[in-house]
Amino acid sequence: MSEREQQPQGPDEGAPANPAPRPASTGASAATGAEAPLVELSDVSKYYGNVKALEGVSLEVRAGEISCVLGDNGAGKSTLIKIISGLHQHDAGTFRIDVQTARLGSPREALDRGIATVYQDLAVVPLMPVWRNFFLGSEPTKGRGPLRRLDTATMRETTRTELRRMGIDLRDVDQPIGTISGGERQCVAIARAVYFGAKVLVLDEPTAALGVKQSGVVLKYVAAARDAGLGVVLITHNPHHAYLVGDRFVLLKRGAMAGSHAKAEITLDELTRQMAGGSELEELSHELARASTPTPRPGRPTAE
Amino acid sequence: MSGSLARPTTPADPPEQDERLLHRSTLRRLLGRPELGAVVGAVAVFVFFSVVADSFLQLSSLSTVLYASSTIGIMAVPVALLMIGGEFDLSTGVAVTTSALVSSMFSYQMTANVWVGVGVSLLTSLAIGFFNGVVLVRMGLPSFIITLATFLMLTGMNLGFTKLISGKVSTKTIGDMEGFESARKVFASQHTIGDVNIKVTIVWWLALVALATWILLRTRAGNWVFAAGGNAHAARAVGVPVARTKIALYMGTGFGAWMLGQHLLFSFDTVQSGEGVGNELLYIIAAVIGGCLMTGGYGSAIGAAVGALIFGMTNKGIVYAQWDADWFKYFLGAMLLLATLLNAWVRKRAEASK
Repeated sequence: MSEREQQPQGPDEGAPANPAPRPASTGASAATGAEAPLVELSDVSKYYGNVKALEGVSLEVRAGEISCVLGDNGAGKSTLIKIISGLHQHDAGTFRIDVQTARLGSPREALDRGIATVYQDLAVVPLMPVWRNFFLGSEPTKGRGPLRRLDTATMRETTRTELRRMGIDLRDVDQPIGTISGGERQCVAIARAVYFGAKVLVLDEPTAALGVKQSGVVLKYVAAARDAGLGVVLITHNPHHAYLVGDRFVLLKRGAMAGSHAKAEITLDELTRQMAGGSELEELSHELARASTPTPRPGRPTAE
Repeated sequence: MSGSLARPTTPADPPEQDERLLHRSTLRRLLGRPELGAVVGAVAVFVFFSVVADSFLQLSSLSTVLYASSTIGIMAVPVALLMIGGEFDLSTGVAVTTSALVSSMFSYQMTANVWVGVGVSLLTSLAIGFFNGVVLVRMGLPSFIITLATFLMLTGMNLGFTKLISGKVSTKTIGDMEGFESARKVFASQHTIGDVNIKVTIVWWLALVALATWILLRTRAGNWVFAAGGNAHAARAVGVPVARTKIALYMGTGFGAWMLGQHLLFSFDTVQSGEGVGNELLYIIAAVIGGCLMTGGYGSAIGAAVGALIFGMTNKGIVYAQWDADWFKYFLGAMLLLATLLNAWVRKRAEASK
């Protein structure tokens, strides 16, 4: 981990020619350090009518790295995800995938370009078995013509082995996915994205609804995806989780970028302070302190 | 189990066995099926009428029961698929009549071979389904409202056009027209095997059940139907063409309406334009008794078929028991309530048995 922190470069200097020499965590990702960002947003803005949902946000995602996007509710995190995953199009700025400028028309297009998004609601169908969920939308078939059918044996077996490879040991891939725990479901969604050849994995608040232990499990799989050579965008409002795994951090506040740091440049305390609103928090604590001793209203009779 | 600690650690367990899984008995497996409630109900109804009605167990009664079931079942299957896909169709009952009317009146007015009318009717029925589906996915309105509107419009058009064209509420006979006999063979013939009369609709019904089951469980489209009904948002996010799936499902009900409509027409040779109102609920009831979840994402075609069978047995059983036929609706209501309660209970058990 100490080696990871030696990253001299700022996150959004737009200088892909001189990336940080980073240690390869696995043999597979040895060459990735010298490559251009997989996804790069510079000065991207999005307007809904007269509402500025996002303005001037820059972010880059590199293979084998985790870029964290932090922000409070309404900071524009969801809008950012929607642009990267193809649900919405940006109105200004540039969005590059593999150095080429891009504009994604649909989630399918994003998937085809190697960008997989795991949403907060996990995009799973609770009543369907785990294996059907795993392959949903990309089901393998065998046979041809009217006999073209799902290759159910392969689907079951692949689901089982892929989950095991990620270290997830499910009891039964035939159980409805709604019956497994939230952390397991998150892991299935991540394993699915990895299996289908995602190069960039966008995770929307993967630990938001989880307990401490389950969050740890999920973060472990996020790190596993990184080690497999994927570029990860981790959206969260928890700076502690972000700092554990992140390589660079982008802070959003009210639709604008409030900060962008590489891990070496910032401490957890500073990140937490910025995330919590810094001076705003001090102001709030001041207000709360005053509110804790309510002044009796004038004119109201006090019972003695 | 005491030996589990001393067990030598094998690097890879055999894939299909997991030590945390208790042996899942066949019974447990059956409990997880959506049809179970309906099958239990069907057995109960069968035993009940076998006891109270002497003639119920005769082979001829059986074929009558199967025929009654098939006239509901042919529509219940596509309606069940649609419900698994998360939508409703209230226009199916009158759409059947529309299909028969179009077929009959087109042939008569154009003095064409009746097969031309049958073809035009197929296109019309599919178009009605297509219309329902497109309005649904484009407008995003609840299917209840959209198909209720279609239901009312079709009801009015059935009566209005028939009166306008033939001057009466029923169509003119097409029994003497070219192609009528061959069309009757396909849509309304009966074959005697031994002492039993098998109407061709029973064959159509079973074929539809088999086809729908194949689609649901063994094709990509089937996976998409479950996903579209279970969580349309999630399905869309992983690239499932939800809109196309739903439109196709509505066209499926159009196909069912066409098939049943042609049967009605060729069983006789005229069509009453006011028929069909209320039947849409029977199809939905059959699907729900068969284990389809009202909210979508769960159910089966076989279940819907068993639901239709329960309908047929109750409908004819009351006649064989020589009761007042007015009791039929009461039985149907009670059956619906019991089946739904049983289904809910079974599903809870099945999901708890993870």
